[in-house]
Amino acid sequence: MSATRRASAAVVAWAFFVGTCVAPFAEPVAAQTTPGSSAAATISDPSRLIKDYLPGGASRLAALLLPHILPVCSVVAPCHPGAALRNLVLVQPRRATSPRRIISLIPATTEMLFAMGAGDRLAGVGTYDRFPAEVERLPRVGGLLDPSVERILSLKPDLVIVYDTQTELKGQLARAGIPIFRYVHRGLADITETMRALGVRVGAASAADAAAAHIEQQLAAIRTRVARRPRPKTLLVFGREPGALRRIDASGGYGFLHDVLEIAGGTDVLADLKRQSVQLSTESILARAPEVIIELHYGSRLQTDRLDAERLVWNALPSIPAVKNNRVHVLVGDEFVVPGPRIVLAADRFARALHPDAYAR
Amino acid sequence: MTVAGFGSLALAACLLAPLVGSTPIRLTAVFDRSIPFADNVDAQIFFVARLPRVLAAALVGSGLALAGVVFQALLRNPLASPDTLGVSAGAALGAVLAITFNADFSLLGVSAIPLATLAGSLGALAIVYGLSAARRRGASSMVLLLAGVTLTTLLGALTTFVRYLADFTQTLQTVRWLMGSLDVGSYGPIGAALVPLTLACAGFATLPRVLDLLSVGAESAAARGVNVPRAEKIALASASLATGAAVSLAGPLSFVGIIVPHLVRLLVGADHRLVLPAAALFGSAFLIACDLVARTAFAPAELPVGIVTAIIGGPVFLWLLFRRQ
Repeated sequence: MSATRRASAAVVAWAFFVGTCVAPFAEPVAAQTTPGSSAAATISDPSRLIKDYLPGGASRLAALLLPHILPVCSVVAPCHPGAALRNLVLVQPRRATSPRRIISLIPATTEMLFAMGAGDRLAGVGTYDRFPAEVERLPRVGGLLDPSVERILSLKPDLVIVYDTQTELKGQLARAGIPIFRYVHRGLADITETMRALGVRVGAASAADAAAAHIEQQLAAIRTRVARRPRPKTLLVFGREPGALRRIDASGGYGFLHDVLEIAGGTDVLADLKRQSVQLSTESILARAPEVIIELHYGSRLQTDRLDAERLVWNALPSIPAVKNNRVHVLVGDEFVVPGPRIVLAADRFARALHPDAYAR
Repeated sequence: MTVAGFGSLALAACLLAPLVGSTPIRLTAVFDRSIPFADNVDAQIFFVARLPRVLAAALVGSGLALAGVVFQALLRNPLASPDTLGVSAGAALGAVLAITFNADFSLLGVSAIPLATLAGSLGALAIVYGLSAARRRGASSMVLLLAGVTLTTLLGALTTFVRYLADFTQTLQTVRWLMGSLDVGSYGPIGAALVPLTLACAGFATLPRVLDLLSVGAESAAARGVNVPRAEKIALASASLATGAAVSLAGPLSFVGIIVPHLVRLLVGADHRLVLPAAALFGSAFLIACDLVARTAFAPAELPVGIVTAIIGGPVFLWLLFRRQ
């Protein structure tokens, strides 16, 4: 090996070592904090960093250094080097009965917190939060698949609401000693159940209970209003290729939108398929012959003329009763994707589409 | 003779596949003119749901198989496929861009996503073509192959970046698109894909003898009077056009373009005058059969056809690979 090659190899190795040592300190934590809050600590202060961020920072440092340390440890401490490292950085979780700085990663739980009057205690929200308008002022900390632990830690939360499948995030927060509230969603009943449980957790039990009861009453009222009317066979379309009847995803007999459809007085034409979402062929749609088609679009990007155009796409299948009788409804709104308090609004819009005569005055 | 055999196989697939499906239909009702079409469910299932699918499967299958044969011969690499040179990756980038940014335009009855897909594949084709033209004299097909793999990775990274920007519902649409589907639902996209496919077939028609010579080696082909750079350009352009048309119609379907050429070569030998038409016909029949599985196996739900081609194609390809050793 020539001298130059040896020198460059040494430089690369040195850069690697320095990089692994510096990387945990050099990330833009301070940029993500709320202005004016005590959390706006300057991250360049190492003593502050070690005191406040030791759990996250140290475990990250450990993760980065582990490949280097492991060969040494296996000689020095052959028992279990990982456990020793973990014990070193673990701190006991702080327990607070009434959290003041909550981070909600899921739009549904964010809306629930606002509904129970605890929205002002939010310190950060997920990427997909759109409602209510107050969330626009809050820092974003990533979404279901890409939560930023760093930003979460920098906001100094005393409660983080995570989705139950975010295993990695849960582990990281546990190491950092930050309490979590695990959220999981299956059907419509979970909405009010979660609201009550969340209310107890954040110390707003009575307000949460009242809000949940209000939702249940409103849903019951819609159910009563459309009861004893013929229930049309309904195809509930979640999405498809714009401008074409291709790649159609529709609701099967499971999930909160299926439940809402049943409350609103419709019979899911795919109720026998116990799946939340089903990709359908045009053949199956023709064969199932739905009497009403409700197609959901999200956000407010679609213009009115565009909505009409999307509705007319269904005319390619003229034998479907819904098309023949002009009962294809294109509905736009975020309330259809968020299993939160606005579910009442979704149920109301379904009911009006399915039973216009029940709402005619 | 051999070609006639493959022809009858493809024809039989084309004729039989529309008769089979998740819903039983009465053929008498399908062709009964006395029932108005708007009320005739059987006719709509036949003419709107099934026939376009079968035609799309036939076109996509033959396009991908032809492109596979040409790429394998041109690059002298048995692992080359229509995806190798980045055309599929370009198409995917086009589709994902159209989905994420809610592209809203249509042309001659073809909606935004197939158009964006075609544009993406043509863009990738232009890059590959430019690279091949800029290739220094004497550089091997290995360089082109490496450039294609790099381009695929690069475009794949861009696609992932765009998907990263997308919101949840768009992500679902993107994932669905990437799984491939032949449920075209109308004849517009088929007509649109026919244009580049016809151009590609015109290119392929000039190639059989050239490919035979090229697969031995560029030098010996040149020695026998083949204008190698020109032939390579025609082969590259037509194979990429065929791939682009196929991907814009059905999304990315793995394995059709890589196993069908191998299967056909095993059956008919290496003479490209036979391999090209036989691959086109066998590719059609193969994809029609795969799509039949896709639309009936989990009916009324639909299985993305890309899954079926890979699940059937993967083991077959492995078997081929190890049987030869």
